[in-house]
Amino acid sequence: MEKEDIRKELKVSAIENGTVIDHIPSQSVFLVMKILNLTKYPDQLLFGNNLDSRKMGKKGIIKVSNKFFQSDEINKIALVAPTATLIIIKNFQVVEKKKVRIPDFADNIVKCFNPNCITNNEDIPTKFTVINKKDLKLHCHYCEKITARENITFLE
Amino acid sequence: MKNKSLVSINDFTREEHVRILELAGAFENRPKQKILEDFVVATLFFEPSTRTRLSFESAATRLGARVIGFTDASSSSVQKGESLRDTILTVSNYCDIIVMRHPKEGSARFASEVAKVPIINAGDGANQHPTQTLLDLYSIMKTQGTLDNLNVAFVGDLKYGRTVHSLVMALCNYNTTFHLVSPLELKLPSSVKLSIKERNLEYHQYTDLQEVIPKVDILYMTRIQKERFSDPLDYEKVKNAYVLRNNMLGDSRSNLKILHPLPRVNEITTDVDDNPKAYYFTQALNGVYVRQAILCAILGVVD
Repeated sequence: MEKEDIRKELKVSAIENGTVIDHIPSQSVFLVMKILNLTKYPDQLLFGNNLDSRKMGKKGIIKVSNKFFQSDEINKIALVAPTATLIIIKNFQVVEKKKVRIPDFADNIVKCFNPNCITNNEDIPTKFTVINKKDLKLHCHYCEKITARENITFLE
Repeated sequence: MKNKSLVSINDFTREEHVRILELAGAFENRPKQKILEDFVVATLFFEPSTRTRLSFESAATRLGARVIGFTDASSSSVQKGESLRDTILTVSNYCDIIVMRHPKEGSARFASEVAKVPIINAGDGANQHPTQTLLDLYSIMKTQGTLDNLNVAFVGDLKYGRTVHSLVMALCNYNTTFHLVSPLELKLPSSVKLSIKERNLEYHQYTDLQEVIPKVDILYMTRIQKERFSDPLDYEKVKNAYVLRNNMLGDSRSNLKILHPLPRVNEITTDVDDNPKAYYFTQALNGVYVRQAILCAILGVVD
């Protein structure tokens, strides 16, 4: 483990079993929790934000006890936290580390940037196909317009 | 096509487009057939569009169907604050098919997901108007005898014109050479150009209308709207540059036909109307046959 990780482990205590989501951009920590439906998580949940990071300046980290995410579930957070790393912990040991991957579809996470889209005018969940993962371009299933990275806002 | 909604031109395959055009030809020969007597067609116009609504209602009525509906949102429960979902769920109890026009983009797609009956999109904001595209294809087919390998010019507002975008995309299936004539401010969006490039088709861009006329089989005119320009001076500069006059057609091909989705304002002068190459009013008539074909194909009364 890198030195940085050791320092950080001190700030947010270790978990015995579960998932650590590391290297989250600071502004996205709460969004990530919302997207993963962690705000009502009944088991132990530890998190830190605005922690020093050599790679990112400031970062956030979330530790979820006894939770192992499905990949399509976790990949949703790639839209808000493309830098995030997942660390699977079993018996206090790191058993797997992986990067999040941008998913093929994004359902009800992002707002359509077209103000005239039906999803911005009626209570309708949004649906997008990710047509470009590198530049992040989302094709709206309803109005057929493209929401690009610079126009992305997340649903409240 | 039975029970399939028609929301976007790409919802139907090239083969299905061809089938609709064949059926439309049959209705042109016999427009009055009582084959939809057992059906109720609902026309839900959340914003007014007299031309499109009358065309659909004429198509349905000539086939014996009963037509119910409303002509604008102010005369419906929408004004009381009913959601689109509730309106569609309710109305789908009363009819066999819904024709809808709505000011918001994506409304027809959403309606097709909640309705128990098929939806025909008669225009959703600036997004899609597939029956217009099919009647444009029918008009091209009928006047040229084919859809393949034609030279088609699009003139005017290529940036915002939804009929232009859908027709360009549909024609990409037919090895079309595109001639795009517009002011610089109103060029075809790159997303639509991408469909042309993906098929490796040829396209040329112009700012001058006259030079393109001798090169093409179809001249598809559109209206340039003043409100599309942020600077009124820019509009003044181009407003007369894309007007078609009869004396400009001297060098045109003998098979040339002039199309326009209508309404026309001043972009085609009235002296063109008597030229046999003017086709826009017949194009509107073709809309009735094409809509008859679409209604019958979706309702499953023809194969």
